[in-house]
Amino acid sequence: MQIIKDKHIVDDTWQHIADDATIPAGDVSVSLARWQQEKHLLIHHKGKLGVRLHPADAVTELAGDISRLELIELDFPDFADGRSFSQAWLLRERLGYGAELRATGQYMPDQAFYLARVGVNAFNPEKFKDLPVILAKLNDFTVNYQRSVN
Amino acid sequence: MYQYNEIDQTLVDERVAQFRWQTEQFLKGELSEDRFRALRLRNGIYIQIHAPMLRVAIPYGLLSSKQIRKLAHIARTYDKNYCHFTTRQNVQFNWPKIEQTPDILAELATVQMHAIQTSGNCMRNTTSDHLAGVCVDEIEDPRPYCEVIRQWTTLHPEFDYLPRKFKIAVSGAVHDRAATQFHDVGLHLVKNDAGVVGFKVLVGGGLGRTPIIGRVIRPYLEQRHLLSYLEAILRIYNLFGRRDNKYKARIKILLKETGIEKFTAMVEQEWQLIKDGRELSADTVTAMKAHFIPPAYLPNAVGDKSFALYLASDSAFATWVKYNTVAHKVTGYKAVFLSLKAPDVPPGDVTDIQLDAIADLADRYSFSEVRTTHRQNLIFADVNQTDLYALWQQLDALKLATPNIGTATDIICCPGLDFCSLANASSIDVTKEINDALDDMDYVHDIGELKINFSGCMNGCAHQSVGHIGILGVDKKGTQWYQITLGGSSDNEAAIGERLGPAVAKSEVTQTIVTILDVYVQQRLEEESFLDMVKRVGISPFQEQVYANH
Repeated sequence: MQIIKDKHIVDDTWQHIADDATIPAGDVSVSLARWQQEKHLLIHHKGKLGVRLHPADAVTELAGDISRLELIELDFPDFADGRSFSQAWLLRERLGYGAELRATGQYMPDQAFYLARVGVNAFNPEKFKDLPVILAKLNDFTVNYQRSVN
Repeated sequence: MYQYNEIDQTLVDERVAQFRWQTEQFLKGELSEDRFRALRLRNGIYIQIHAPMLRVAIPYGLLSSKQIRKLAHIARTYDKNYCHFTTRQNVQFNWPKIEQTPDILAELATVQMHAIQTSGNCMRNTTSDHLAGVCVDEIEDPRPYCEVIRQWTTLHPEFDYLPRKFKIAVSGAVHDRAATQFHDVGLHLVKNDAGVVGFKVLVGGGLGRTPIIGRVIRPYLEQRHLLSYLEAILRIYNLFGRRDNKYKARIKILLKETGIEKFTAMVEQEWQLIKDGRELSADTVTAMKAHFIPPAYLPNAVGDKSFALYLASDSAFATWVKYNTVAHKVTGYKAVFLSLKAPDVPPGDVTDIQLDAIADLADRYSFSEVRTTHRQNLIFADVNQTDLYALWQQLDALKLATPNIGTATDIICCPGLDFCSLANASSIDVTKEINDALDDMDYVHDIGELKINFSGCMNGCAHQSVGHIGILGVDKKGTQWYQITLGGSSDNEAAIGERLGPAVAKSEVTQTIVTILDVYVQQRLEEESFLDMVKRVGISPFQEQVYANH
């Protein structure tokens, strides 16, 4: 599985663990609910830790955990659900999150430019052949009118 | 008016290239219907009953003669020789081909125009007072702020996939001509006790299915905080607006369900966290104002004697001056309405030939600028009174001088079932019927100020709920019926019209309107307008007559 990170196509080294699956060795991401329930155990995990956010999740609940996380995934159930854009902004600007912020799920490659502007730096493609499209879409515009994260 | 710099031009050019690619992908089958829909809507393209429709943005209603000529060219080359001005100061083409829309957008970009965010669940074109900068009751010209907002809203990365559409209107005058109380955000330029101009901020107004008057969430906002305050409102809306039901997704529902105190607290709390460090600088505002400096008015306009002579000698001219011109802040000048409500033409429609002629007249008589109004007419904002007679004669020859601005036949009307796939009922044909019944201009002038707003479905594009008389098309088991409301207003004393009674059949609409006007003529007090009479007597005298034979 390959993704885009910092404008390069790289291998995804993370395992994205379902709520009812056991935590394997290596770098793992879990849902916010699982993170909140099992944080006391997960912080002893040997690999890196990440959290997956649904658009309805309150980002600010991660305020105390930001330094522990090396991946946050914004999971789009539907490309039209724009809450993830504000989640990204809040993570970067309000919580000062500096590690990998990855879009995943049903977003459109055509939204990659906006996602990058609100601080998303990694993209999990829906389909393998979207990889070069997303890379190209990051350069849709060379100018912008307003402040955001980037 | 505002002129693009290199950044503005690059942005619209890159947008055209982006949309061209998206359209090609769609036509090749690489992009799904669902996804292309979201992308094309954000470029103004709807799929209607017969063909796509392209809605082009006219920022706060301002056009140059060069842009008008481009619209004429597009109407001629890509459409059926006409276009349609809307109630939100934009313009629509009803017959473009989907594969040609990137070319049309490229043509528009050459004259600093675009269709970005004219539809879709995003921030739409910012609207304003059609008399901005020339009216006598202005506190400050709102257009520089409109342009600041236009730029901020355009391709905003965080707020392009909102729960629902989002509309901002700005008014700078004592009299609100921009219906700011019926917008998602309404901004009113006001002075504080020290005489410094800032904004009164209203949120949660809207028409459509659930008409609601906006609420003031901040009585005074300093100018420099304009964009951070908007950002706070939009972030709260984007995060908490309902996404489970599109009929409950507008910010007005969030405000209602949250409660104004809590909603305001949420916005203020967000704003406190972001307001510092992103102020609008005085230099930015000054630079923007430089785009809207008054034109070179002739100081001797007021000394002209011919205008008074023509007024006295030509009663048709005098009537037109009375109804289709308004006072200007510069003595000797007038703002002139071009009526797009000739009796035999669908409201708001203009042909390519008329557009070219309008551009020529604007060059000659009004500093090469034209404005669009919320009631689907056009304005030459700066006409020397010396030129009025000659201008009137030429407008009359173009069928643009029907002296009916603000009267019963200045009906605003959506495209209805003739074009729109949302409509339940037709509106253009019934409007024509009403027009035919009101063919006696003396009678129309006697009735005086009257706003009839006619929508073909409850989405309310023609703002029927704030019409003095509102007409709303509804579907009853496959037949077209019409609900009538009375007493609506989008002016300072905003009101939502009250329903007269059961809907009437299509064949009875015109007679119903005629009956309502008869009741008014019989029962009005001296000098009392239709709206004032409805406020005084309520709807029962009208009900009694309209439903007398039922």
